[in-house]
Amino acid sequence: MSPIDFLTDLLNPELAFLPKALLIAVMSSIVCGVVGTYVVLRGMAFIGDAVAHAVFPGLAVAFVISGNLIIGGTVAGVLTAVLVAVFSQNRRLKEDSIIGVFFVAAFALGIVIISQAPGYAGSLQQFLFGSITGIPDEDLFVVGGTGLLILAVAFFLHKEFVAITLDREMARAMGLKVFWLDIVLYVLVTLAVVISVQTIGNILVLALLITPAATARLLTDRLGVMMAMAPAVGGISALIGLYISWSWDLPVGGTIVLVLTGAFLLAWAFAPRHGLLARSRISRSSPPLELAA
Amino acid sequence: MSVLEVTGLSADLGGRRVLSDIRLHVDRGELVGLVGPNGAGKTTLLRTIMGLLRPQAGTVTVDGERARAGQGLLGYVPQRHEFAWDFPISVENVVMTGRTGLLGIGRRPKEKDWAAVGEALDRVSMGDLRSRPVGELSGGQRQRVLVARALALEPAVLLLDEPFTGLDMPTQELLSTLFVSLAREDRAVLMTTHDLAAALFSCDRLALLNRTVVAVGAPHELQDQELWMRTFGVTESSPLLRILKAA
Repeated sequence: MSPIDFLTDLLNPELAFLPKALLIAVMSSIVCGVVGTYVVLRGMAFIGDAVAHAVFPGLAVAFVISGNLIIGGTVAGVLTAVLVAVFSQNRRLKEDSIIGVFFVAAFALGIVIISQAPGYAGSLQQFLFGSITGIPDEDLFVVGGTGLLILAVAFFLHKEFVAITLDREMARAMGLKVFWLDIVLYVLVTLAVVISVQTIGNILVLALLITPAATARLLTDRLGVMMAMAPAVGGISALIGLYISWSWDLPVGGTIVLVLTGAFLLAWAFAPRHGLLARSRISRSSPPLELAA
Repeated sequence: MSVLEVTGLSADLGGRRVLSDIRLHVDRGELVGLVGPNGAGKTTLLRTIMGLLRPQAGTVTVDGERARAGQGLLGYVPQRHEFAWDFPISVENVVMTGRTGLLGIGRRPKEKDWAAVGEALDRVSMGDLRSRPVGELSGGQRQRVLVARALALEPAVLLLDEPFTGLDMPTQELLSTLFVSLAREDRAVLMTTHDLAAALFSCDRLALLNRTVVAVGAPHELQDQELWMRTFGVTESSPLLRILKAA
């Protein structure tokens, strides 16, 4: 299918779900790109993973009682994030073990809850792998509004998030409320995950958070550039991914993630200074470092 | 007059007493070295002075005022490994993070803040490298950036935690010259170090610490070998005492 055909389909009123899915996928990728920058720089990918799985019981409860999925997911995700932050204060166990306990527990709870709903197999698949159909109109506003809120908070607290990432000890010495800033950051990650789950699916949503930011990190040593580049990589990949998935009738979440992974591999190979090619060119054109120094 | 005054300070770590009845003062214009074996409580003392640890007893005052975290009266230079050097950020932006607490939430740096950052960078001779990513700096340059970050607050007291660890001799020498001149500019500087030779040479006074202050004085006043043997738990044949005699 040519891009023109794709455009025609997007404008076709009978396929109204398609532009909606595209809008949601692109919006959530942009938000995840910004939030993911903190996640990647803090090395908290595992927390992102935990939160992503932890929203599942919330989605399941919302589904069973026919409530709003976004609210359900947010409540569950935030609750887990707070539990992790609180339990991590006990230094006997490292944070990753605490996360390991809670996120699997949350996911298990989700499976038990959703099994109580009649005909759950289909909806289970939709939660886990994402879907572009069946998105209610109101979700456009909820996703857009939540996304703007996330970006606004990140902009407002950017300086503090950078300070606690660089040097927690110093941040404490400066009187920053490190614990609360951690919680706010976890909540932002949760919200970013929740608004993305719909199209990408619960299992793959981590890619939206990590891959664009990791790709941008390979391409730049400047935080500002990274924060602009990550959402751009995410948004464009979502667009290309949805196009490919629609053309060849492939699952949308999986396709978007594979496009993202492709972008990451390209950056890894061709990054201007630290890429594979750049490094091999340097080592071929100059004597070994010991001799040069 | 002493700007930093520690009186009767005791502190616990994990339920065990690590510091007891610490008395120490640092005057303006003075570089004081805090020396002692591993586990003597050097870093704990600095952290307690900074307000990062709540003391069980005693007080810390700066210019007569009770010290608390976030006041900006104290400049803190933690050990280099506490910092995320792989973060994509330039030298001047790192130094600006020193003013995060001062700026407050939601405020962007203004001209005045950039002026303070520029001054701090010039003070440690890093002005030329201000836009360099920190990941590309050498160990000595990294230490200078951390010092500049502390100076960006324009503090009266500077606390340095093991600034020489892992650095080569020429770099150590440059840094000790810098610390002496920072002290001479009317600041009180307190530094922990494992490098006794450098401490004996450049510090105005030394405090021998092992859970409590064993002795304080100018290097020439600390000739009594028994004090050093007691602080470091070494015997008479220790090379440490030979360094002492040579100095």
